[in-house]
Amino acid sequence: MARKISMKQAINEALDQEMARDPSVIMMGEDIVGGAGGEGERDAWGGVLGVTKGLYAKHGDRLMDTPLSESAYIGAAIGAACCGMRPVAELMFVDFMGVCFDQIFNQAAKFKYMFGGKAETPVVIRAMCGGGFRAAAQHSQMLTPLFTHIPGLKVVCPSTPYDTKGLLIQSIRDNDPVIFLEHKNLYGFEGEVPEALYAIPFGEANVVREGKGATIVTYGLMVHRALDAAAALAKEGVECEVVDLRTLSPIDMDTVLESVEKTGHLVCVDEANPRCSIACDVSAQVAQTAFGALKGPIQMVTAPHTPVPFAPVLEDLYIPSAAQIAAAVKRARTGGRH
Amino acid sequence: MNAQGGITPLVMPKWGLEMREGTIAGWLIDEGARLSVGTPVVDVETDKISNSVEAPDAGLLRRKVAKEGEVLPVKALLAVLAEPEVSDADIDAFIAAYEVPAAEGDEADEGAAFQWAEVNGIRVRYARRGPEAGVPVLFVHGFGGDLGNWLFNLDAVAESAPVIALDLPGHGQSDAKLPGTSLAALADFVAQFLDGIGVERVHWVGHSMGGAIGAQFARQYPQRVASLALVASAGLGPEIDGGYIDGFVRAASRRELKPVVEMLFADPSLVSRQLLDDLLRYKRIDGVTELLGALGGALFGGGRQAALPATQLLAADLPLLVVWGADDRVIPAAHAKAAPAGAAVAVLPGAGHMVMMEKAGEVNALLRKHLAR
Repeated sequence: MARKISMKQAINEALDQEMARDPSVIMMGEDIVGGAGGEGERDAWGGVLGVTKGLYAKHGDRLMDTPLSESAYIGAAIGAACCGMRPVAELMFVDFMGVCFDQIFNQAAKFKYMFGGKAETPVVIRAMCGGGFRAAAQHSQMLTPLFTHIPGLKVVCPSTPYDTKGLLIQSIRDNDPVIFLEHKNLYGFEGEVPEALYAIPFGEANVVREGKGATIVTYGLMVHRALDAAAALAKEGVECEVVDLRTLSPIDMDTVLESVEKTGHLVCVDEANPRCSIACDVSAQVAQTAFGALKGPIQMVTAPHTPVPFAPVLEDLYIPSAAQIAAAVKRARTGGRH
Repeated sequence: MNAQGGITPLVMPKWGLEMREGTIAGWLIDEGARLSVGTPVVDVETDKISNSVEAPDAGLLRRKVAKEGEVLPVKALLAVLAEPEVSDADIDAFIAAYEVPAAEGDEADEGAAFQWAEVNGIRVRYARRGPEAGVPVLFVHGFGGDLGNWLFNLDAVAESAPVIALDLPGHGQSDAKLPGTSLAALADFVAQFLDGIGVERVHWVGHSMGGAIGAQFARQYPQRVASLALVASAGLGPEIDGGYIDGFVRAASRRELKPVVEMLFADPSLVSRQLLDDLLRYKRIDGVTELLGALGGALFGGGRQAALPATQLLAADLPLLVVWGADDRVIPAAHAKAAPAGAAVAVLPGAGHMVMMEKAGEVNALLRKHLAR
C-alpha cells in the first residue's frame, strides 16, 4: 500500500525496514541516536534534522553515536563492512568527507580490486548535500563529481521519496561501497511511497517527463528545477524530455543517448561546480558517441566556479534556476545564440 | 448525462482514480453528425493511456467546445448534443453557463475509493462502486495485472450494477504473498475474500488468468456464480505465449519491460511511460519477481496452460460470455472457438490481449447485455 510521505520519512523507513529484515545492518554517526535519556522530545533526537528519530528505540545498540571524528568512524564502518556487517555511516554533511578521503578513496574503493575480487565492502555512507539551506560554504556543496570520479565507489543522489527509499534499500543490499547523497532541501518533499520493501536497481535513469524538443539531463534537486523549466517551455510549444540519472556511478548513458537521438538537443544541469562535473561528463560522452544525433551545441547549466555564498541573495543566484535552464534549452535549439 | 432543455453535454471522462485532466488528441466526428450510443467522438490522452470518449446518448453533435491540443479537467464540457429544434442561441447560453463541477474531495475521495480486507493473513486491496442492491459484478484481472486494468469498465458497469474489483494476492497493492499457485488455491482465496466482505454470489468478469480462476471458481462453487464473462481468458486452450510470461517475470528495467508490455496491445503506442512506471513499481516490491515466477511456472510453464477449466463448463447451467481481441498475441483468439456451446462469443478486430482497454466501449456494451440476460 502506498501513501504520501516525505523524503526524510522515506530514509527513516528504508533504514528501519532493512534493520528489521537483516541483523547485519548497523548504523553509526554523529548524533544519530542523539542523546538517549533526555526529557521528552529531546530523548534520542535522531540526527541534526531528525532523520534517524525513533530508530534507537526499535533497534537499540545497533545504532552507535560516535565521537566528532569522521576519519575514525568512517574507517570503523569500512572495517566492519569487511568483516561481514552492513554498516550505514551517517556523515551529516558531505562537505565533512574531506577528512576521511583516505578511508573512502584509497581503502574502501580499492579492496575488491586489490584483493582479487574476493573482498566485499558493503558499506553505505549517507550525507546531506546541496545548497539553499543558508548553511554557508562548508555545509552546502554538491560534491557528487568527486566520488563519481573514483572507480570502486557507487554514487546515488535521488530526487523523490519513492526513489530515495528504493535506492537506499538497494545501497544497503549492494556489496560495494555506496556514497548516498540526500539533498537537504528535498527532505520535506512528499510523494507516494509503498509501505512494502522494494529496491531500485542502480544504473537505471528515470525519464520523468517525455518530449521531443530537447533533452534535459540532471539529478537531485535540479530535477525539480528542470521540470519547472519544462513546464514553462511547454507553454511556448517546446516539449522537453527530462532524464533523472538517479545514480551517477554507475550511470545510465543508454537512456540519455536514446533520448538525445530522439530530440537532437542536450542540456546538462548540475548543481555542482562546473569543472569536471556530472554535466561535463554527460556532455562529453554524448559528444563522443552520438555527435551525429546532435542538431545544436550541448549546453550546460551549473553553479559558478566559486564556493557557495552565505548571503541569501547570492546563494539564490548561485544555484541553477528554472529560468536559466529554460534559457539554455532555447540556446541549444537556436545553435548557441541567445 | 442529464439533458437540460433538450441539450446533452459530452464531458471529459474520469478514467481511473488518479485522472485529473486529459488532453484533446483529436476529434473523430464532425459537427452535424448523428451519433448513436457508444459512437467514439473524440480521442483523449492522459499520462496513463489514450482512449476515445463515446457518445453517452444518441443525438446530433451540434457543437464541439474543446479544441485539439487543449488540456481540460475531468467533467469539463467537450461538446454539446441537441436536436435541430434547439436554437443556436440556447446552445450558446448553455455553453456560457456551464461550470465544471468541483472534483469530489480528491484525496479524501481517493482514500475511500479503495478498501482493504485481510484474507488468510494476506491484505487485499479492492474497490466497490455502484448501487447497493443486486448481485455484484466481480472483476478479476490477469497475471501480473491489477484492478487498474478495468479502468474503462468499472464505472460504466457500476451505472447499473454494484461492482467489486480486487487486486489478487501477490498483485497490485495487495500483499506480495500467494495462497498457492494453482487455480483452485486462487479460486478458494477469492471465495474467502467474498466471505470476508459479506458477498455470497457474483457475476464474475475475468481477464486472462482471472478468467481461468473464474471458471475454476464456477466448478468449485457453482451456487455462488450468477454468470461468467471470460475476457481474453486463459483456461480455454493449451497455447499461451511463454515468451510473454517469462519476459514479464524477468524484465527489471523500463527498456526490458516495454517490448513485453507492447505485446498486450494491438496498438503498441498505448503503452505509456506511466503504465510502465506503475508496473515497475509493482515488480520491484520484495518477493514479487519470485512469486510471479512460481505462479507463471505452475500455470503457464513452457508456454502451455496447465489446466483448462473453462472447457468443462456448461452454458446451459451458467450464462457465459466470451470476448477476445482478434490480434491477441498472448492467448490466441482462436480459443474463443472452444467456448462451451451456448456461450455468447465476440471477437473484436483491432484489439489485442487488453481488449477491455482497447475496445472499452464495445466490451462494456457486451457486458451490459450479458449481465441483463
